Amino acid sequence: MSTDQHGALAPGTEAPDFSLHATPDQSVSLSSLRGRPVVLAFYPADWSPVCGDQMALYNEVLPEFHRFNAELLGVSVDGTWCHLAFAAERRLHFPLLSDFEPKGRVARLYGVYRDEDGTTERALFVIDAAGVIRWSYVSPVGVNPGADGILRALETLEQERQHV
Amino acid sequence: MSEVERTRLTLAVSARDHIEGPNDAPVTLVEYGDYECPYCGRAYPIVKKLQHELGSQLRFVFRNFPLKEIHPHAQHAAEAAEAAAAQGRFAEMHDALFEHQRDLRDLRLSEHAAAIGLDVARFEKDLADHTYAARVREDFLSGLRSGVNGTPTFFINGLRHNGPWDFEVLLNAIRAASTTSESTSR
Repeated sequence: MSTDQHGALAPGTEAPDFSLHATPDQSVSLSSLRGRPVVLAFYPADWSPVCGDQMALYNEVLPEFHRFNAELLGVSVDGTWCHLAFAAERRLHFPLLSDFEPKGRVARLYGVYRDEDGTTERALFVIDAAGVIRWSYVSPVGVNPGADGILRALETLEQERQHV
Repeated sequence: MSEVERTRLTLAVSARDHIEGPNDAPVTLVEYGDYECPYCGRAYPIVKKLQHELGSQLRFVFRNFPLKEIHPHAQHAAEAAEAAAAQGRFAEMHDALFEHQRDLRDLRLSEHAAAIGLDVARFEKDLADHTYAARVREDFLSGLRSGVNGTPTFFINGLRHNGPWDFEVLLNAIRAASTTSESTSR
C-alpha cells in the first residue's frame, strides 16, 4: 500500500471500504457509492469558525460536485448528535460521517489520524467510480484547503471517462 | 497540488470587473467577499484606508463570494450590488451594504437603491428576476478556482495573500508588490 509523505494513502491505491454512521440510525458505506466519484473530506472537528469553515464552503460548492455526479462525504471523529447539530446550524446538505467508535478507525485506514490530537488530519481524497483513490491532499491542519484541487481532480476523471 | 497553482488568481481583472483606481496602477488588490460576512465587514474600512493611503498607486476590485447557506442575505445583497452596477452605481451600493451589513433585508436594499439615486423599480425587478445571479455565481466559481477558501480572501497582483489582513500587513504586502512590479517593468 503506498502512502505520501504524511502517511496518507496515495493515488492509485484502492480506497478501503467502510461503513460509518451519518445519523444515529443511518449508515453510509463507501461501496454503496460505487459507480460515481466520491470526495472524502476528513476534517479535525465540527464547529470551527464560520467564514473560513471548510464544510460551509463545500456546502456552497455542492452544485459543482454534483455536475461531476460526485458524492461528498465529510468525516470527523465527532459523534452523530454533534454532527446533526452542526449540520443543522450550518445548513449543510451533505452527510457528515462519525468516525467515532472505534475512534478514528477509518482515518487510520486512510493514514490520516493524528495520534497527538486525537482527531483526523484535514485531508482530501477523490475516489473514482471504480473505488480507486485518484487524488489526495493533506492540508496543514489549521488551513482550509479550499475546493480547487478537488474540482481539478474531478475534471480529470470526467475527461478520462469521456475518452474511454 | 503545487503552491503556485493554488494561489494564483485564475480570472484576470478585466472590463467585466468593478474597478476603483487607475488601470495603470502598479498594484491591483482583488477581494473576494460576502456582504453579510462580519470579517468582510471588518475588512471594509481597512480597504478604504488603503485606497486613501495609496491613491492612484492602487487599483481595487471586489468580487462576490457569498456563503449563502450561513449568510441568508448574502446572495441577494451581492445581486443588489450588481444591479446597482448595471445603473453605474456599484461603489455606492457596495459601501451602503457594508455600512449596514447587519440588516440586509430586501426592504433595506431598496432604501439604499433610492438613497444612491437608482431607478428603484428597475432595481427591484432585477432583484426579483435574479438578473445578476449568474454573474454572482461566475464570481464565486472564479474564486473557487483561484483557491478562495473563505472570506475575505485578497489577491495582490494576482497572488493570494495568506495570513492576517490588517491594515499594516496589507499595506506592507502592497508596497512590496509595488516595488517588484516597478523593477520588472523596467
